[in-house]
Amino acid sequence: MRINISRRNINDPFVRKVEELSGQNLMACYQCGKCSAGCPAVSQMDILPNQIIRLAQLGMKEELLASRAIWLCASCMTCNTRCPKGINIAEVIEAVRLILLRKSKDHLEVKELSEKVREEVPPIALISSMRKFTS
Amino acid sequence: MKISYYPGCTLKNNAKNFEDSTICALKQLGVEVEELSRWNCCGTVFSLATDDLMHHIAPIRNLIRVKEANSDRVMTMCAMCYNTLKRANERVKNDRESLDRLNEFMYREGTKYNGDVKVLHLLELLKNDVKFEKVAAKVVKPLKGLKVANYYGCYLVRPQDIGLDDPENPTILEDLAGLLGATPVNFPFKTECCAAYQTVDKPEVVAERTNQILTSAQNQGADVVTVSCPLCAFNLDQRQKETAQIYPEFKNIPVLYFTQLLALALGCPEESAGFDLNYIDPKPILKEKGLI
Ligand code: SF4
Ligand code: SF4
Repeated sequence: MRINISRRNINDPFVRKVEELSGQNLMACYQCGKCSAGCPAVSQMDILPNQIIRLAQLGMKEELLASRAIWLCASCMTCNTRCPKGINIAEVIEAVRLILLRKSKDHLEVKELSEKVREEVPPIALISSMRKFTS
Repeated sequence: MKISYYPGCTLKNNAKNFEDSTICALKQLGVEVEELSRWNCCGTVFSLATDDLMHHIAPIRNLIRVKEANSDRVMTMCAMCYNTLKRANERVKNDRESLDRLNEFMYREGTKYNGDVKVLHLLELLKNDVKFEKVAAKVVKPLKGLKVANYYGCYLVRPQDIGLDDPENPTILEDLAGLLGATPVNFPFKTECCAAYQTVDKPEVVAERTNQILTSAQNQGADVVTVSCPLCAFNLDQRQKETAQIYPEFKNIPVLYFTQLLALALGCPEESAGFDLNYIDPKPILKEKGLI
């Protein structure tokens, strides 16, 4: 993939917003890849957790907001407990999701779930997916 | 001993056996649970965004209910409720400004919250209050010959400051299973995420994990797998149906709440374990081992 790095992107308010919402210093990441090595969701992800951090550092908003990976992260906190720089990667991914969700772009349409799904899954599953995937 | 108890939503329906088996087991140990009145859903997940105070209202309101019950401790069993209540509590304890704002949001509550309630998991109550030795002494039906793989999942042990046990290699459930006379089996996927709420719209992602987690436990010789979260239970137990459809090599294995085995070992009647709510029937293997 061709990547254009520009000062304009790096200074984009999007980067500040991600840092603010997540409470993390993105530049602390030195791309060791440990977060991705332990992430249980990588086999399904289009970009890996360390790449999410890299894209956020560089302000590559479009790539991040369009990725499938941010919806596959289940905030399992494995990466957070392992990052040698103490970065809470799960919080960064949550911040990216929230930037979309707060524009009322829900990822899950509860109304569109089939009767079967709504009946079979327990309340804890429905509530948590709504908390994570809707605004 | 009496303890305030927060059940959480799913323990009142799909996970009724988690609640019933716990209450019976605690009774055998001389602990009486007092369910909070007017408790509400904790929200199931702790809000990770720095500015999202609104979603901390639900867990903190439950802690106000604890104060209203004239208690300063609350016990819960569901790993997700425990995580959410405990993390929200820690957050407001360390951030008075947030706490003041939350109290302002809840101005109609008669009681203000000061950060002075302790959130306990059942495992902590058993280990530190009842004491594991006493649990061992009260075993009337040792789980002899039963090989148990103890699945922790995420929210019982992560993030680190949850502090229930080591986040990478917890052993508290193995310790307990050993005291009950079972043979705990270690397996490398015991803290691997089951994909949680992805089960609603991406069940195939859950099936992949369920296959990995349960096959790993079986490879280590497990007869049953135990869990402490109703969402893990759904994914590892009910989702075995989808797992078997996608992975023909997959073999079913019973998945139980750890409290179902606890209740059995402490001599509770079989009904209190509520095996009928388990999807893969654990009774055949329990019968084979002479436990029911
Ligand atoms: S583990 Fe931490 S430092 Fe390493 S790549 Fe991931 S976020 Fe960056
Ligand atoms: S929190 Fe998300 S990114 Fe981190 S290990 Fe878990 S699933 Fe992967």
